[in-house]
Amino acid sequence: MPVFTQTVPRDLRAKLFELNWAFVLLIVLTGSIGILMLYSVAGGSWDPWAIRHATRFGAALMVMLVVAMVPPRMWMSLAYPAYLGALFLLVMVELFGVTVMGAQRWIDIGPLRMQPSEIMKIALVLALARYYHDLPLEKVSTPGGMIVPFVIIALPVGLIAKQPDLGTAVLTGATGAVMVFLAGLSWKVIVPGIVAGGVGAITLLRYGLEEYQRARVMTFLNPENDPLGAGYHIMQSKIALGSGGLTGKGYMQGTQAHLNFLPEKQTDFIFTMLGEEFGFVGGIAVLVLYALILGHCLLIAMSCRSVFLRLVTMGVTTTFALYVFINTAMVMGLVPVVGVPLPMISYGGSVMFTVLIGLGLILGAHIHRAAEPPKGAGLFG
Amino acid sequence: MRRDKQEAQAQFNRRTFMAGAVGIGAFAGIGAQLYNLQILREDEYRVLSDNNQFSFRIQLPTRGRILDRFGETIAENRDSYRIYLIREQAGDPVLALDRLARFMPIGEARRERVLRDLARTPRFQPVTIAEGVDWETFSRVNLHLPELPGVMPDVGEVRTYPMPAAFAHIAGYVQSAPPEIAGDDPLLRHPAFRVGRSGVEIARDAELRGSAGSLKVEVNAFGRVIRELPEQSRPAEPGRDVALTIDSEVQRFATERLGTESASVVALDVHTGEVVVMASTPSFDPNLFVLGIPTREFRDLNENPLRPLFNKALNGLYAPASTIKGVMSLAALRHGVMRPGERVTCRGSVQLGNRRFHCWRREGHGPVDMHEAIKVSCDTYFYEVASRLGIERIRETALELGFGQLFDVGVPMLSQAGGLFPSPQWKRARTGQGWSMGDTYNVGIGQGAILSSPLQLAVMTARMATGRAIEPTLYPRQGPVEFPRLDFEDAHIQAVHNAHVGVIHEPGGTSYWSLGGLGIEGVRMAGKTGTSQVYSISTEERARGVRSQDDLPWRLRNHGLFICYAPAEEPRYAVALVVEHGGGGARSAAQPARDILRELILRDPAGRSGIVAARQAPFDLAQGG
Repeated sequence: MPVFTQTVPRDLRAKLFELNWAFVLLIVLTGSIGILMLYSVAGGSWDPWAIRHATRFGAALMVMLVVAMVPPRMWMSLAYPAYLGALFLLVMVELFGVTVMGAQRWIDIGPLRMQPSEIMKIALVLALARYYHDLPLEKVSTPGGMIVPFVIIALPVGLIAKQPDLGTAVLTGATGAVMVFLAGLSWKVIVPGIVAGGVGAITLLRYGLEEYQRARVMTFLNPENDPLGAGYHIMQSKIALGSGGLTGKGYMQGTQAHLNFLPEKQTDFIFTMLGEEFGFVGGIAVLVLYALILGHCLLIAMSCRSVFLRLVTMGVTTTFALYVFINTAMVMGLVPVVGVPLPMISYGGSVMFTVLIGLGLILGAHIHRAAEPPKGAGLFG
Repeated sequence: MRRDKQEAQAQFNRRTFMAGAVGIGAFAGIGAQLYNLQILREDEYRVLSDNNQFSFRIQLPTRGRILDRFGETIAENRDSYRIYLIREQAGDPVLALDRLARFMPIGEARRERVLRDLARTPRFQPVTIAEGVDWETFSRVNLHLPELPGVMPDVGEVRTYPMPAAFAHIAGYVQSAPPEIAGDDPLLRHPAFRVGRSGVEIARDAELRGSAGSLKVEVNAFGRVIRELPEQSRPAEPGRDVALTIDSEVQRFATERLGTESASVVALDVHTGEVVVMASTPSFDPNLFVLGIPTREFRDLNENPLRPLFNKALNGLYAPASTIKGVMSLAALRHGVMRPGERVTCRGSVQLGNRRFHCWRREGHGPVDMHEAIKVSCDTYFYEVASRLGIERIRETALELGFGQLFDVGVPMLSQAGGLFPSPQWKRARTGQGWSMGDTYNVGIGQGAILSSPLQLAVMTARMATGRAIEPTLYPRQGPVEFPRLDFEDAHIQAVHNAHVGVIHEPGGTSYWSLGGLGIEGVRMAGKTGTSQVYSISTEERARGVRSQDDLPWRLRNHGLFICYAPAEEPRYAVALVVEHGGGGARSAAQPARDILRELILRDPAGRSGIVAARQAPFDLAQGG
């Protein structure tokens, strides 16, 4: 196993040499597709989306590279404080947040308006990874070893769901669950857990959802019932994709998108527009691009020596995969419309930075894959 | 410790593989759905996408004109200035109307109507604020357009009737199609489209209307037009012009001549049956109906006792009175019940059982032959003719000459406009009583249950003048027509004709003193008066001093009738005229009918050159008694 014989690079030169440039190239390619599509959304104009997307993407790439250089020990010591800070901000949102379109997701800190749920996505991954890094494998399936991760996951998921932001709550919760699974939770716990979860989900669907959430689920199940209501978006999205055919209507020629039949095409429905203008070929190409990025992530995860880096990598990978999956499945009418953007292609600043910071952590994990930070160095060690 | 670590790594890798497998499965599912939508169901979604992208905007056809026999315009289209409001661009509609009200009057009712229309129309669709706006207002609004967001001026076509009063009943009018007619037809539902609702406009609507075109347009999700695709569109096909047989100049003359009387007149070309004049007064302005007539004005028209909305020339029914005497004479000659020279002595009345039948001339006419009887309109002579003929033979001849027949001239008319010529069967069915000789006497002088329209009287006149079964029409004949001869001997036709000329031109004729002729040198006319009884003054009333028609209220007075034709030597035009409650025919109907006939003769294209000089000649016979 040659990977294990490697030493951890210490200076910047060595780190840059170890940087996974193929991975970076895939990311740049994806972001460029985003710029291309946003140029088309504006009807062949850099304004208002493409230029800002390009600027942010460039800035976020820099942040990603900086994150990649930071030694994992630093992230480990930052894990719990970051988690607690994010949790605090979520509570603040609950108390003082700005309501936008019926949901409290934003908080104003001085001139900065931020979404604490985005910070929490990273912080949760770090905190869970840190917890399992410190926990011996045999204790993972003990009651004590299960209750702490449950609390770590449930608190932010509950707060986010209450905003209400169903998409992010599902995304965060699922990421946590996958990490617990990868940390080595016994099948004896997993199987009954899934059964209980299923029962719980049905109960929630029946009694626990807000009216708009139930409506979304119902229209998802039967979009043709309500052609001008919520199902209208799914219907128009399917028409746009379907009419794109094999090779699409041509760049900037998507009639569904440009005649405004398609909703929110610069954010949630950008994949639809891509499918309309570039057809099946274009859609599959983007999916393959994401699959390549995710495949790289899996390889990096398996090459890491420490539990912390493995779990951080897989946590971020899961979040990323869920973004791609939920978004594309949503625009094709496979899952309800929950408002999840397509990473690096959809317009939007917060998510862009979250995703690229996450990918920076993965790049860092690759650079520091041989590192073995000590266990149990204390809460802030 | 080392082994433990490797075990943990191995377990992690296994589970990562599992997660990866799930991921691959999920992505495969996404890819499969993409394949399903974009490859398998492409055609289906392509259609839906095109349906979204393209829409067809209706193109209104230009309505055909209605023309008179010389090509004069009776109905045409003119530019109409409309002002629309588009809510999407206007913001608060109340404020938008307030802004607009600075430049044009917007009444409270209109404001309410506009706000109601706006509430149920899509935001991007224009709602009519005003139609038929005058040029000054229209240009003022255009000038201030920058201050009036959402206000859209537009020029469209609107139907207009340049001779409204003269042609209101014939041409009819157009209106927006009522919902029960419009149904789902997008053309009929278009706010600027009008359909014929009466007269020629409804009778020939299919030709006049043309067919709608469609303009293919690209629309966005809000329905706003992004682009027009004229090369993939079909232009509207304009409607065809419809020509009438009416001479609009004489038609207008007739309408003015009848003035404020409740009257109607029909003039026919006796050879072709073409209706040259058909007027009914008082008339109305059909232009009012095109843009929607205010309820109060419509109620005034509808409740007017002179019935301006009613086409009396076609639908008005009156007893023909003495105008039937020519028909009686022809029947008598045909059946040989009375020789032309045979005299009947009139003593002012005849006794039939316990009823006394009066001649209009109480002192009697003395011995009269047929010529004399028609000339002086002796009732006693025709009581005798009627009793010799019997109702069946009278009825047979009357039907041949046009009574009781519904003549379709090509505009809608009431089904009862065919009038009535009574028979014993009819009387039994109607009253349960048998026919009596008294009934025959009444029919003999054109009274009783007989009902006829001015159109029927004109047809009767033309048939008597020509001896042919002419049929009336409002639309020019394609090519020459030869109507079948009626079964009368020429000598009989001639005898009756001579008597009708005598009415006008021989001393003692009922219209000799009042008319004395057409007033055109060398052109004579034939005619017959009639007084259709509406109410019979009872003995009691007579005792109370109600002696003459003038003492009765208007609605109980007799109808005045006059039929005539000219030139006597070679008949060309026949005129029938009825003045409702006008008193005797000689008094109220003869002069206007003669004036209209004279106008026709003067304007006759065939004879115009020869008699145009006569028109300038001094003419003062109209002042006669």
